[in-house]
Amino acid sequence: MTTPLARPKRKNPLARTRLPSAPPSPRSRTAQGLTAAAAEGRFTLQVCAECQTVVYPPRDACPSCLSPRLPFKDVDPCGMLVSETTVRVTSETYFRERVPWRVGMVKLDVGPMVVTHLHGDTCEGARVRLVLKLDRRGAPVMLALPEQDTPDMADDPELRELTCDPKFRRVLITDGRNAVGQAMARACAEAGATIVFVGIADQWRPFPGDAAIKAIAQVEIVPLDLTDTDSVNELAAQNGARIDIIINTAEHVRAGGVTEGTSLTSARETMELRYLGLMRLAQAFGPIMRMRGADGVIAAAAIVNLLSVYALTNWPVYGVVSAVEAACLSASQSLRAELRPGGIKVVNVFSGPLETEWYQTLPPPKVAPAALAKAVIEALRHGLEEVYVGDVAQDIRARLEVNPKALERELGE
Amino acid sequence: MNTAALLSFAKAISSGAVRVVDLTQTLTPEFPIIALPPELGQCAPFRLEEISRYNERGPAWYWNNFSMGEHTGTHFDAPIHWVSGKDLPNNAVDTIVAKNFIAPACVVDCSKESTADADFVLTVPFLEAWEGKHGRIDAGSWLFLRTDWSKRDARGYANLKEDGAHTPGPAPEAVKWLVEERDVLGFGTETIGTDAGQAHHFVPPFPAHFYMHGKGRYGLQCMANLDLLPPKGAVIVAAPLKIRQGSGSPLRVLALIAAE
Repeated sequence: MTTPLARPKRKNPLARTRLPSAPPSPRSRTAQGLTAAAAEGRFTLQVCAECQTVVYPPRDACPSCLSPRLPFKDVDPCGMLVSETTVRVTSETYFRERVPWRVGMVKLDVGPMVVTHLHGDTCEGARVRLVLKLDRRGAPVMLALPEQDTPDMADDPELRELTCDPKFRRVLITDGRNAVGQAMARACAEAGATIVFVGIADQWRPFPGDAAIKAIAQVEIVPLDLTDTDSVNELAAQNGARIDIIINTAEHVRAGGVTEGTSLTSARETMELRYLGLMRLAQAFGPIMRMRGADGVIAAAAIVNLLSVYALTNWPVYGVVSAVEAACLSASQSLRAELRPGGIKVVNVFSGPLETEWYQTLPPPKVAPAALAKAVIEALRHGLEEVYVGDVAQDIRARLEVNPKALERELGE
Repeated sequence: MNTAALLSFAKAISSGAVRVVDLTQTLTPEFPIIALPPELGQCAPFRLEEISRYNERGPAWYWNNFSMGEHTGTHFDAPIHWVSGKDLPNNAVDTIVAKNFIAPACVVDCSKESTADADFVLTVPFLEAWEGKHGRIDAGSWLFLRTDWSKRDARGYANLKEDGAHTPGPAPEAVKWLVEERDVLGFGTETIGTDAGQAHHFVPPFPAHFYMHGKGRYGLQCMANLDLLPPKGAVIVAAPLKIRQGSGSPLRVLALIAAE
């Protein structure tokens, strides 16, 4: 049984904060197929297109029939834990700091034998299910979970190392003036966050939901305006060292294309808030978070970007917004690489139109703020990097994989 | 006036015989700006980005880029700002005759009334009563509305409710009277606009903008320290930036007062 995580004690201010160390990370180019699946929380292995053999570890030719056609496919993750070992001595710095560490061998029902990390509630001879996770350097690793969920299983140290669970962490919601920010604050409080800092710009301007959000016990309202560099820097100076997760909820959605329907003033506002706002967050909070990536069980863990799925391909009805979202997506990839040395995950959560004021005239399906918030919490709990929320986002994702050019043209009709 | 008199005026300033009162709010990102429905074009708030500060971006010097709208902070409204003044000659900040930037001011104290009622409206009888005490409003002078609004915190200053802003301002007849009967140079306030917060319900809407700018008069808003001015006798220096076809501009507003 997993020992439930105790509320962490206050940090000893005289003790040095240990710097993050790197788990061994080299992977072959082929093995990055596992990275893609781990980022989305899927379990894939190579399946030979000729003889259907399931292959692991990733290879360039099928060990059974030598075919080079080895696409990654979703496969059944269940199997049997045939042996386990507890590592107590190792030369790898990352694991030296975390021993004892259990590893084992799992015989998957679909064939291969896999060396894997072990959840504390697994035992030799028992059925397990494997999950693919991204480790603290973004490389894919296997973890064996018990076949059925067990109480407090998320608190297992090996699992928590691979996730960004908000439990006991301190979260910053960058904009609490909108419905998404408010839903996110509620969800974080319910997920066990110790403090939910909620940024409010222009506090002189009343906003709907003001009283309700202040009534949440864990919520601490902070002045924050992502268009104002000083405001972002000031918050980082005050609270940067006690913010473990940032969820960027700042939004500036305006319908209109690049030629018509959007003024340059409005486009600049979108860019200023969304793209430069993300940069301001990155510059003010990134270095502190990266340095706190191994700061105990509530180490800094993640920056969550809420992105429009039209960051992936432009929807001209919201042409300017799509373009700015694409800039944010690109910046998030740079941010991800820059924060990797600290083990900080950059989580991109893509959604189609939301059930909010600025998408008022669009027909369903739309994503409710509460549903988006739930998806973000799930993503953090599972340590995901890419999430597609709702029918529209998933549809766009699927069509992009099949024929991006056709999708571009269809969205432009 | 001869040169000696002008120079003695300069000496009076440096000696303190003429006091200089700063009527300007400090430009900060936090200072409230006009709140319009979000689907309309928005005036940009004040923002500051450091270029360098004795560092690798400029080892021996400190400087910033700033950005803001023409109507951010303590600012000047030119006649071209309003549709009623769009076709007047010399109606933009770059073409207004420079001598108009220096003029005396009459200061009408409505601070008590505004404290009692955020929607206080300045009327002609109120102005006539003021004239009864302090004398006729001189042609070519500013009319400043003192409300002590500049002393409020940001939320109280914007004073936004579900039906919009609630801040004091002039009645349509009062603005018309000031322009047509008293020939003032312009109208100045401590609040975000020259008009009352609820002036979109007046007839015509936004009368201080409509009548003042329609007759080529100016506006000054977001001023501070009006409580330090005498009812009459202060001379105002208010020169906006020379923006080509600018509708207004942030500026430093100074009042010169004889230190008697």
